[in-house]
Amino acid sequence: MTTTTDTDKTVAERGMGVGLRALNWLAGSDLLDRIRIRKGVERALFQGTKGGFRTATAAGRTFKAAQQLGKPARQARSKSKGLFDVTPDDEQQMFVEAGRTFAEAEVRPAALTADSERKTPPELLAQMAELGVNMLGVPEELGGVMHEQAAVTSVLIGEALAHGDMGIAYAALAPGAVATAIGLWGSAEQEATYLPAFTGEDVPAAALAILEPRPLFDPLKPETKARREGEDWVLTGAKSLLARATECELFVIAADAEGIGPALFVVESGTKGLEIEDEPAMGLRAAATGRLLIEDARIPGSALLGEGSPADYVECIDRARIAWCGLAVGTAQAVLDYVIPYVNERQAFGEPISNRQGVAFAVSELGIEGSGMRLATYRAASRADRGEDFAREAAIARRLCSVKGMKIGSDGVQLLGGHGFVKEHPVERWYRDLRAAGVMEGALLV
Amino acid sequence: MINLEIPKKFKPLASQANQVATEVFRPISRKYDEAEHSYPKELDMLASLIDGMNEGSDIGGAGAAGVRRESSNGDGGENRNGSNLSTVLGIIELCWGDVGLLLSMPRQGLGNSAIASVATDEQLERYGGKWAAMAITEPEAGSDSAAIRTTAELDGDEYVLNGEKIFVTSGDRADLIVVWATLDRSKGRAAIKSFIVERDNPGLKLDRLEHKLGIRASDTANFTLQDCRVPKEALLGDPEVKEKGFAGVMETFDNTRPLVAAMAVGVTRAALEETRRRLAEAGVEVDYSVPALSQHAAAARFLEMEADYEASWLLTLQAAWMADNGKPNSLQASMAKAKAGRTCVEVTLGCVELCGAVGYGENELLEKWARDSKILDIFEGTQQIQLLIVARQLLGKTSSELR
Repeated sequence: MTTTTDTDKTVAERGMGVGLRALNWLAGSDLLDRIRIRKGVERALFQGTKGGFRTATAAGRTFKAAQQLGKPARQARSKSKGLFDVTPDDEQQMFVEAGRTFAEAEVRPAALTADSERKTPPELLAQMAELGVNMLGVPEELGGVMHEQAAVTSVLIGEALAHGDMGIAYAALAPGAVATAIGLWGSAEQEATYLPAFTGEDVPAAALAILEPRPLFDPLKPETKARREGEDWVLTGAKSLLARATECELFVIAADAEGIGPALFVVESGTKGLEIEDEPAMGLRAAATGRLLIEDARIPGSALLGEGSPADYVECIDRARIAWCGLAVGTAQAVLDYVIPYVNERQAFGEPISNRQGVAFAVSELGIEGSGMRLATYRAASRADRGEDFAREAAIARRLCSVKGMKIGSDGVQLLGGHGFVKEHPVERWYRDLRAAGVMEGALLV
Repeated sequence: MINLEIPKKFKPLASQANQVATEVFRPISRKYDEAEHSYPKELDMLASLIDGMNEGSDIGGAGAAGVRRESSNGDGGENRNGSNLSTVLGIIELCWGDVGLLLSMPRQGLGNSAIASVATDEQLERYGGKWAAMAITEPEAGSDSAAIRTTAELDGDEYVLNGEKIFVTSGDRADLIVVWATLDRSKGRAAIKSFIVERDNPGLKLDRLEHKLGIRASDTANFTLQDCRVPKEALLGDPEVKEKGFAGVMETFDNTRPLVAAMAVGVTRAALEETRRRLAEAGVEVDYSVPALSQHAAAARFLEMEADYEASWLLTLQAAWMADNGKPNSLQASMAKAKAGRTCVEVTLGCVELCGAVGYGENELLEKWARDSKILDIFEGTQQIQLLIVARQLLGKTSSELR
């Protein structure tokens, strides 16, 4: 092994300054050339070092209060006839059809490239915004289209889009989470200031920033702090895995607020003290995830979302979990739909591999657990729409979508064997994406 | 509109069934677990009460009487919550009390379910109001019910049955036994028919009552049929030997599988509720908003089990709801049975483990539920059979392709 001189230092070496010897060995090894992956490795190293660079948050537009209502507008609760029913209503059915058609025709074909380039094509995002996905939580008085709360509708749309691709679905639905949060809990002024932007043509990228980068993160105990300074709040902390972080013009940030406890704050991207660090992850790569670093970001007292009620905060956490379940249900269904024709066509020992119980039973499990995930998610969402308690149902849906969803992702790869491990088939992407359902907090909302 | 709650109109029924479970079943639960083979006479009065509840009501009962499929076309029609759903809800509550006792309920046997599902009007009139057990399994034919060897030969106006039947629930106590037999062994499953045999038929001989791991309140009988003669009219359904015939017989199971899934759901809930109480006494409570893995390991385990319970409950209700709305539910019925059956075993055993000696000892019912649960993953189609049915449906395979 030779020692590197200053002149032939790679970007990676300069940026990271750790694990140099290992890197060097890797770079010098002809193994890379033999298997022709050198280019890829060098690019990966470059990406790895990018984490060291920070960029400013997006410049962002000026949000100005349009006509302001005397009191905050709220969507109505949905009313049930009191009968057990697994069928979506006509309006929801319409959204589902539109979502599914779009996911099949546009999202799935774009998924591989979006994943490898870590970018969802802007025209795709614009088309999804046209479907109305970002304004489901905007009250009618402020230009929204849904008279009643739309948790079930949001779940159904998330499911339909994630059947196309979870990363793209995340990129598309993330701004809607901010609109829904403001529509559910915002003051009249906050609603008038921010919601109109989400009903227009040029919907801003926005992020509901709750997750923090540490093991055993508990969203009820954020380490991001908001301290009082006169009339202002001053925020410090870090938030993880925000979709399209560098583009975000608006954040709703969870912080432990002095004298209140965990609460949400509406923060515009132009605020001093905000920086974005790239944060690529195992999956959700089409969403170009990034980390928000907050250092002494001063915001006005009026930035506290709504009245900062602890109940609202917990509800936000639970609603976000339901939204992630919706995505997991859609991706799990994608696995099942992909695996069935594969195991029926793939021949081994003179017959389709699906003629063997070892393979067939694994497919049964995908179907059974996927159905359980779906029903539990629908139940939680429909309880939310009717204004019933749903903390238990959300927690249960999350457990199912985390544990069974991941098992489905894993078995999807397993059933394709070595073919499942390569990018020629989408199951390896779904494997990476499905891990997110049990990890993500916030970010999406129903 | 999506609403996955117990329908308002069935809440009184569920609460009634829960009272029965609390006041009648639970107090005698241990007694008949210990006194295997003795008849739970406390059930006689209760059975009359349930007959009354069933009488002419669209709500169905708490047992296995009302599982006729609705013939209405599910699509576009009005959403219906009918007897399949109400029956499932009733069974869940009663099995929360004691599954062995439910299985011993006079006039609520699976045979009754078969009769209710496929009998002609004449047969309904003739056999209605009687207690009917179901005899399918043979020493050499369990899950493979097409392999049964009991024969039925037409002799004048009578069929003559010969063979051996095992695992007949309440076989000795029932008035009638629905016996599966083949008209012609060379014709395979198409020739398999079910026949109603009166318990006092001299050709029906009780061999023995089994001693079991669980559901000991419920008797399990083994019979020999020796030149057992029944009238021609005792054949249930169509006497013709044709390909679709067996499918018709098997369709009965689409209706009864959600009922067995419901039994499993009831037992699972009983164990979870007791365990939740015990854990709280020990200072461990589940917090639904805190991530599972940031809680006490016992709370995280409990949440995991409760999640599997919820999936079972919802799959079961869905399968029953589909039957109420005339939607084909063979897939969902098997999914429900598979999920609920194995969840019941895993959860009841997990609850014993969490509660330690309290769970394992006979002072409490947890250990009993962990024994009762195992049969629920076996009868009405084992776990493996359900997976086979689900796989065939999902993969579009015949039973000869996927065996």
